[in-house]
Order: sequence, then structure tokens, then C-alpha cells
Amino acid sequence: MKKSTNALLNAPYAVWAAIFVVVPLFIVLIYAFTDGEGNFSFANILALKDYWYNFLLSLLYSLIATVITLLIAYPFAYALSKTAEKTQRIQMMLVMLPMWMNLLIRTYSWMNILDKNGVINQILTAMHLPTGEFLGTPGAVIFGMVYNYLPYMILPIYTVMAKMDPALIEAARDLGCNGFNVWRRLVLPLSMPGVISGITMVFVPSVSTFYISQKLGNGKIMLIGDTIERQMQMLNNYNLGAALSLVLMILILVSMFIMNRFADKNGEGGMIV
Amino acid sequence: MKAVNRIIMAVVYTFLYAPLLLMVFFSFNSAKSTSVFESFSLKWYGELFSSSDTLAALRNTLILAVASAAIATVLGTLAAFGIFRVRSRFFKQTMLTVTNIPMMNPDIVTGVSLMLLFVFVGRLIGATSYLSFWTLLIAHITFNLPYVILNVLPKLNQTDRSLFEAAQDLGAPPLKAFFMVVMPQIVPGIISGAIMAFTLSLDDFVISYYTSAGFQTLPLKIYSMTKKIVKPDMYALSSIMFVAVLVLLLISNIFQMRSERKQNPSLRTGGQKKSRKEALVK
Repeated sequence: MKKSTNALLNAPYAVWAAIFVVVPLFIVLIYAFTDGEGNFSFANILALKDYWYNFLLSLLYSLIATVITLLIAYPFAYALSKTAEKTQRIQMMLVMLPMWMNLLIRTYSWMNILDKNGVINQILTAMHLPTGEFLGTPGAVIFGMVYNYLPYMILPIYTVMAKMDPALIEAARDLGCNGFNVWRRLVLPLSMPGVISGITMVFVPSVSTFYISQKLGNGKIMLIGDTIERQMQMLNNYNLGAALSLVLMILILVSMFIMNRFADKNGEGGMIV
Repeated sequence: MKAVNRIIMAVVYTFLYAPLLLMVFFSFNSAKSTSVFESFSLKWYGELFSSSDTLAALRNTLILAVASAAIATVLGTLAAFGIFRVRSRFFKQTMLTVTNIPMMNPDIVTGVSLMLLFVFVGRLIGATSYLSFWTLLIAHITFNLPYVILNVLPKLNQTDRSLFEAAQDLGAPPLKAFFMVVMPQIVPGIISGAIMAFTLSLDDFVISYYTSAGFQTLPLKIYSMTKKIVKPDMYALSSIMFVAVLVLLLISNIFQMRSERKQNPSLRTGGQKKSRKEALVK
């Protein structure tokens, strides 16, 4: 009786997840290893070598964006956790509010700011300063990634910082620890879980983006997401699109694996200290 | 130190809000440009309410978000209860891993993999078009499910397992026991899961882009507009949504603060004591 109710409860989701989560991943594999007629072929995998540059570019840009995001979010989260408790809730809401607006609109708005005849250049012209070309540069794409995913980095870091007991810091100071050492030996190890989840939440969408690079890169910068989009939506080469998606998936799995190893080591280090 | 903190915060907030404020600003532009301001006008707000396709896209988005969130909430709550009750560790672990897949995978991979499934099945049954409203709905339910499950499961883990069994021992059929004993304890988790599912569905562009055809949601419409030029009526709509979300968040915050005070009046006095102590230290 009990077993049958359990089965009844689990069955719908198990079936759903099998069909719409697990099977699609195998279908990606099938498409990646077949040609247009459905015959087994290595052609797509071999064709991937033409895209190493796009992979490298995605990896590089998203790594830079992740580091910059961390450098902005960490002090911000720290400063936020030090403000009066009453305002913290409102401030957290203010950090999250931009995420409620669609990413496309936010990015398009930046496009208007950075454009050749955009707001920045209008201001520069009004001040009789030389104007610049921002769109289509790597900087603009990285800037877009930092902007769009910054709240994802602030949130988890702030959460761990807010939970931190201020008595610990006081104790460390009482025991003669100076400011920097308090941060290095106490605050940093304790905030590590937040940093790790922040890094994942920024890195994964950055490395796979295609909209930000399309708009702020002015079509000149092709990241891996752009190449997938091109194959799937414009050229209808589903097989090559599947092969590219497969590599992207593996790339992210490997990055997460490396980061979890790094996080474990760091946790142990914190324990020893 | 305090001054440094203030500067950091001011810079970050300026950065976060610059494009949004600009969007609101240009929604009042009289010209059809989103970067050169001519003069103040409410023209685009009027245009918005008379143009049927922007409002149709908004309606489509809401239909999809409500439908996918509702189905995902029911299915996800059942699944969470099933995962919670099952004894086999292996089965539990497998279900949780599978649940994590759509959350770990980048959206583009989820979108592409679902699209390939629909194309594959479509070719198999010889359909002429592979994507429709229904494939879009399936995709949204699929990416919403993990969020519902992961919101409900912790609440279930907090409940007392023996209460459910006690209700059944006292003669309540399992379904009744569930609704009368377990349900009230996990309602907050279900609600937050449903809200999350609704907003994720409302906002999703990438997965919808690969799994829909003929059913235009707001993000899809914005995407097709940004390929050429975005008419400021889209800015007007986004500004209205921005203000609406702001007001809703403020109201929910005030309610939360009030209920917390009611539940725990000592919190208030405790806070005052602390601030007095701080004043003394200073």
C-alpha cells in the first residue's frame, strides 16, 4: 500500500524528467555524432577545430568578467552587511530589482548609452571632448556580462556575510589580529561558500551568452553561444549545433569540477588556520 | 571606512540603475529614438495601449507563465513529497541529480537539447512543423520544476514525519492526511516555488527562443525588435513594469517587516538595545 503510493507520487515527475531532461541530452549526443541523413559520422566533431578560437574567446571573456564582478561584489556585499539592519532588506531589494527587468531591454539600453551617437558620446561632444567607439570592442562585451550578472555575485556573498557573527571579528581583534589578518584568516574563509556559488552563477551564463555579444559586440565578436545560435537558428545545421552544445556542456562540467576541488582545498586550509 | 563604504555603494547603485533610468527617460521621448531626446511626451504610452501586438505579446507571456507555473507547482510538489518519502537512497540521489541538471546546464544547452528532442520526435511522426505553443509550455514546465521541488523539499524535511503516519493511524486516508497535516506546513515553500517559477517563466528568453514557434512572448518580441530598432513603446511598457515591480516589492517588504514584528516583538527592543550599546561604544 505504502510502496504503491510512493510509486504513484514519484511516477509523474520521474517520467517527465526522463523524457524532457535525460532523453534530450542523449539526443544531443546522437545529433553530434550523425550527419544530416542520420548516419554515424565524426564530421561534426572534426569540424569543431574551426571553432577553437570562439571557445577560447568565451572562456577568456567570461573569466575576466567573473573576476571583475567578484572585485565589485565582494566589497559591496561587505559594505552592505555593515549597514543598519533595517536598511539592509531594502538595499537587497534594490540589488535584485534590475534582475526583474528583462536582460534584453537592459542590454539594449546599454547599447544606446555606448553607441557611436549614444548618450556617452553626446555628453563628450557637449563637453568638447573627443568621442570614442565603444560598441564592438571586447571591453563592451565584458562590461555587459559584468552588468547583467553582478546581482548574482552580490546575493550569495551578502548572504554569507550577513550570517557571520560580528562577535567572531571582535574576538579576533581582541586577540591582537590586525585588519588585514582578520579579513584573510576569518572573513575570507567564512565567505568562501558564497564566493564559490557567486562565481558559478556568473560564469555559467557569461560563458554561454549570445545576446550580450551580439548586441554590445556589434556582431563583430562571435562567442561560443553565437556560433551555436547561428547553426541552430540561421543555418539549420542541427548536427554541428549539437556538437558545439556538447562541448560547451563539457567545458562547464570541467570548470565546475575544478572549482569544487579548489573550494574543498580552500575549506581544508581554512580549518587548519 | 564608512565613507569608503558609502562610495562603493553609490557607484554600484549608479551602475545598476543607469540603463533602467535611461529607459524610463526615453520612454517619454517625443521622437522615435531611444538615444536622442527631443522633447517630453506621453505619445509612446498612448501608442502602447493602442498597439495590439505589444499587448498581445504581454498577454501571451502571462498565459504561459501562469500555465507553466501552475502545472510545475502541482507536479513539483507531488515530486518533492515522493522524493521525501522514498526510502531508497539510490533513487533519492538519482532524482535529485536529475533535478539539478536544468539548473546547472546553461540555458542555451537546455534550449538546444529540448529543441532537438522536438525536432527528432517531429520528424519521427512526420509532422510538418516541430515547434508550437505546446513545446514552449513543456520547456517552461521543465525548467520551472527544479525550482518548485527545491523550494518544497526543505520544508518537507522540517516537518515531523510521524505526524503524517499518526494521522493515517487515526484513520485518515493518505490523501486526506496529506492535505490536512502535511500541506499546511509546506505551504510557504509551495508559494515561494510558484512565485519563482512564474517570474522565471515571465523573464525567459533563451529557452523560449529555441522551443517556440508562432507564439510570441514579450522577451521574444523584444528580441525581434532589437534586431532592427526598438520602438519606445516597448520602453514605455518596460517602465510601467519596472514601477509595478518596485511597488510590489515595497509592499511585500512592508508586510514582511510588520509580520515579523508581530511575531517577535522582542526583536524590536533587542535591536534598540543593540543600537544603544553601539552608541555607548562610540
